[in-house]
Amino acid sequence: MEALRHTINAFATPTTIYLSSVALFAIAMWKMEIVVKPLVMIPVVIVTVLGTIFALTDDHFFKLVTLPDNIPITIMLATVGYFTWYALKKGVENDKRLSENRPLIEQEQDRRVMTWPNLVYIEFICLIAITVFLIFWSIGFQAPLEEPANPTVTPNPAKAPWYFLGLQEMLVYFDPWLAGVVFPGLIVVGLMALPYIDPNPKGNGYYSFKDRRLVIGYYLFGFLIQWVLLIVLGTFMRGPGWSFFGPFQEWDPHKVEALTNINLSELLWVKLLNIGLPKNILLREGVGIVVVLGYLVALPPLLAKTIFKKLYQELSFIRFQIMCFLFLAMLSLPIKMILRWTINLKYIVAIPEFFFNI
Amino acid sequence: MNSKLKQIQKQIVESQIWKSIFRHGMPDDTRTRAMVVLSNVFLHLHPVKSREAGIRVGYTWCMGGITFFLFLVEAVTGILLMFYYRPTAEYAYSDIIALREHVPLGIMRELHRWGAHAMVIAVWLHMFRVFMTGSYKPPREFNWGIGVVLLVLTLLLSFTGYLLPWDQLAIWAIAVGSNMARATPFLGHEGPGASLLKIGDMNLVHAGDDARFGLLAGRMISEATLLRFYVLHCIFIPFVASILMAIHFWRVRKDGGISGPM
Repeated sequence: MEALRHTINAFATPTTIYLSSVALFAIAMWKMEIVVKPLVMIPVVIVTVLGTIFALTDDHFFKLVTLPDNIPITIMLATVGYFTWYALKKGVENDKRLSENRPLIEQEQDRRVMTWPNLVYIEFICLIAITVFLIFWSIGFQAPLEEPANPTVTPNPAKAPWYFLGLQEMLVYFDPWLAGVVFPGLIVVGLMALPYIDPNPKGNGYYSFKDRRLVIGYYLFGFLIQWVLLIVLGTFMRGPGWSFFGPFQEWDPHKVEALTNINLSELLWVKLLNIGLPKNILLREGVGIVVVLGYLVALPPLLAKTIFKKLYQELSFIRFQIMCFLFLAMLSLPIKMILRWTINLKYIVAIPEFFFNI
Repeated sequence: MNSKLKQIQKQIVESQIWKSIFRHGMPDDTRTRAMVVLSNVFLHLHPVKSREAGIRVGYTWCMGGITFFLFLVEAVTGILLMFYYRPTAEYAYSDIIALREHVPLGIMRELHRWGAHAMVIAVWLHMFRVFMTGSYKPPREFNWGIGVVLLVLTLLLSFTGYLLPWDQLAIWAIAVGSNMARATPFLGHEGPGASLLKIGDMNLVHAGDDARFGLLAGRMISEATLLRFYVLHCIFIPFVASILMAIHFWRVRKDGGISGPM
């Protein structure tokens, strides 16, 4: 048991967890017809349940998971996991029916029925079930209350409410103006823009997968990997000083992580050319600025000519630009992560004089 | 005996008072069932008839309804909590302690807090369901946008409520969250571009007037912040959310009801 815990602790780093999750996600998106089958899912559920039971035997992990304010995360993970499978299973089923020219699941009951009692009773039963659930939850777990507010004593780690921990985890890779302001803003704008930048008329009003594989992959990557996974990392594996700890590792407040991160400009002028940083800011950060501009401005036309050729024809110029910008903004997080893990890159553009670091 | 009861029942149901409240008989035939939905202000959110495949739990997961119900739970428990809570630095914490110590078997604060967390999860799942069934596609684009705003308001409701117990958990979670605001481009004093906004040597954006200052009503979390978050939490955001919910529900009907294959 102890040896297994050590192995898991040693294996668990942001890099391995993130990359293996992305790999699993890619496999699922690729072979969805097989992944949603009960034959695959039942073992996955069994392994998850057994793994959770094993993990709960660890004191540190048990304490973390049963913190009253962390209970919702467990509920969220269970429900999001279940409903993701359920929706995709239905999507795959409908894909099959479409290819065999059979009516969709949603077309089987095409009648219109009286709202009372058919719908009203369903709502009423749901309402009772939720009420019972909430009452049991409230009796079982007291709402947390710590010491009185004291601005002079900073807890370490100080964490935002759990649903914002994905954003707080993003602070490792981006400055607050991006992780805390621009990206949340882009998430909201991007979600609102979704109906206008998804030109696909298929899959309207029924579960589907194959016809909408691209947009479903896009949404699920944002939701499951960039949002939910980062919440899990931020809550359960970030300890004092936002240092990373394995799931079964005591949070040691004295853990020191060597600060070896380096800016692109330092990499270029100091390490590569060995002539020291230039005084002129624009000259110093020129390469970084070109890289960022190239990423945001030069890449979209390139994408329009290559992998997004069909999409570009379906969307008009402006819609395509907006879609591309949102897509590239979302992709910038994994890119920055990989640059951090491989070459310890801190900022691509580093102008701390104007709080402008990317 | 039985006929006597029947007689009493008949008298009640045919009385002027009863008839003034319920303008139809027992909903046991199609006509009265339609009347129930049409003549009840809450039920008339629904159409008289619905698509059978659309109302199934397997299709909607009932998540929108659950979200709305949790909003009502929050409103009711929140109003009850307001009777006992004073949003001042002197009393806030001790009022919460009093709720915990003086109310035998009291779970009102628990219902409010766990209901809030549940609502956040329910909103995510509702949005996920709407996405997976492609229900944001025409003609429902606008209502999807309203829904996104409601999602943000739900998170903000939860966030502003987080400060009110006025304990260490509360102020430091809000400190972490609101610290982001000082990095707002142009509007935060540590944000990119803010130092460009100046007249002569005078900075227009500084710690005493930037976005974070506006959020916290001061340079740091203080009693003024508590009052500000209290008003946002109890009045402002629920007010805006209620209006948007009305639009959201109205548009569900106007855009063709629960979505289904064309």
